[in-house]
Amino acid sequence: MSTDSLAPTAAPVGDSLGRDAWRRLSQNRAAMASLWLLGLMTLACFIGPWLTPWGLADVDWNAFDVGPTLEGGHWLGTDANGRDLLTRTLYGGQVSLSVALVATFVSLIIGVLYGAVSGYIGGRVDNLMMRFVDIMYSLPFMFLVILLMVVFGRNIFLIYAAIGAVEWLDMARIVRGQTLALKQREFVEAAHALGVKDGKIVTRHLIPNAIGPVIVYVTLTVPKVILLESFLSFLGLGVQEPLTSWGVLISEGADMMQTSPWMLLVPSVFLALTLFCLNFLGDGLRDALDPKTR
Amino acid sequence: MLSYTLKRLAQAIPTMLIVITIAFFLMRIAPGGPFDGERALPPEIEANLMAAYHLDEPLWQQYFRYLGNLVQGDFGPSFKYKDFTVTELIMQGFPVSLQIGGLAILLALAIGLPLGIIAALKRNTAVDYTVMGTALAGIAVPNFVVAPVLALVFGVLLGWLPAGGWNDGALPNLILPVIALSIQQIAYIARMMRASMIEVMGSHYIRTARAKGLTEAEVVWRHALRPALLPVTSYLGPAIAGIITGSVVIEQIFGIPGIGRYFVQGALNRDYTLVMGTVVFYGALIVLMNLIVDLIYSALDPQIRYDD
Repeated sequence: MSTDSLAPTAAPVGDSLGRDAWRRLSQNRAAMASLWLLGLMTLACFIGPWLTPWGLADVDWNAFDVGPTLEGGHWLGTDANGRDLLTRTLYGGQVSLSVALVATFVSLIIGVLYGAVSGYIGGRVDNLMMRFVDIMYSLPFMFLVILLMVVFGRNIFLIYAAIGAVEWLDMARIVRGQTLALKQREFVEAAHALGVKDGKIVTRHLIPNAIGPVIVYVTLTVPKVILLESFLSFLGLGVQEPLTSWGVLISEGADMMQTSPWMLLVPSVFLALTLFCLNFLGDGLRDALDPKTR
Repeated sequence: MLSYTLKRLAQAIPTMLIVITIAFFLMRIAPGGPFDGERALPPEIEANLMAAYHLDEPLWQQYFRYLGNLVQGDFGPSFKYKDFTVTELIMQGFPVSLQIGGLAILLALAIGLPLGIIAALKRNTAVDYTVMGTALAGIAVPNFVVAPVLALVFGVLLGWLPAGGWNDGALPNLILPVIALSIQQIAYIARMMRASMIEVMGSHYIRTARAKGLTEAEVVWRHALRPALLPVTSYLGPAIAGIITGSVVIEQIFGIPGIGRYFVQGALNRDYTLVMGTVVFYGALIVLMNLIVDLIYSALDPQIRYDD
């Protein structure tokens, strides 16, 4: 027996949850590629329109309904009104991505607070609050959202709010489940014993500890929201001219696909690529944050 | 089981009441009315029309009148399709929507379940990666993109199938809409089945079944399949709801005379009764489907008993 095996070794350095998750995520090539691509897509949508020679509603009188070409400056073609499709798709991306971020944020705030409060208070209040969520679940929400858009006109802020108000239910359930488990833990009891107020325990101790599943769920909500927005726009209930979004462009393209298929294909590819990346990233994050897969 | 079913049906009443109330008042605060046309109607005629449909009464009175009629199964007359009641329109459209939606669900299960099982059993092989990659693509491409592309390729370019139209539900007319409607659900079901199958195959009783010398096929069929189906079963409720909303778009793209298009057109035309009728009908359908799914779930899982 050698003596050095008995010598005290350096205490293992603990990794924080965040750093550990990041390490695991950066080893996932598909997820990292998606992350880069999404970053590029966002940059392109928000900076790109400044770089193209055409504006959102500029009409090129020499190029109506032209297919993708390198000559003449319309790389991805023009629509029937002579508007540059690349420029319009990038502007549409601004709308689709901003709807995705804002609506997801709205659903995040409502869902996390609702779930945390419900789980923390527990008992009869919890029962009542979750019963309400159950009822909301069984509503045919899509129809109510469509009615909302018809009633209040096609307003982008309404789209933010309406979609956010629909998507918070899952978030609330997840956070409640986490909170129920967390509030039994010693550190919450310790905080109680130290006299920390209930509201502070929820915001400082419960929500930060439930953040892992919430992050995963957010990345899965963003593509759902983008889909919902383009679904509404496709039905003609989304944003209004001269603004555009991917759903509007796809709907216009679908009408013209027999004569000008690029009008359908270009926005469809942008939309599908974004959704694809978001799903990959969500899967990667779930693997990275889920302790069971270790 | 019976008492559980009755209890759930009783719980559906407040849910439906909320749906009806929200939809009723949303529709009524919308600007415009059902009789706004290109030409303004003479005031006397409009007043007569309003009186005939009880639109001149106070709103709360109309609301309770509507509820009262609804309880008796009367959805009222349509404002735009003048010679039809809403019930007639829904009964005309529903068999069509049901045919497409039902076939889409069956197709989604028939393809999604085997794909998920195969991917799970061949985990981390080329088969698995191919299936899951395709499934991710299926989720990323929404049905309102798939539908026009399918119509373009198979209907216009290749000319194999009709690009639209209904033709009394002839098989060639059914194929493209059903595929477009089910692709996303196939993808979701395959992913879910794979995940739950992997979890079940790693559990202790599967190890026991293997240890007692069963062949792999017997282990999968007799022991793994049923518990692995449970999460997929509980997904069926949302899947059906997804197919119902999806059909709104698909019916519009392919020009199919189902209920979906009545809803959007009705809302845009302020055809109050028609919109209310479709919302109530779809709402009830979704609630009912969720109940059926829960009952199937309890039949599959012996640990769950709804006796209370």
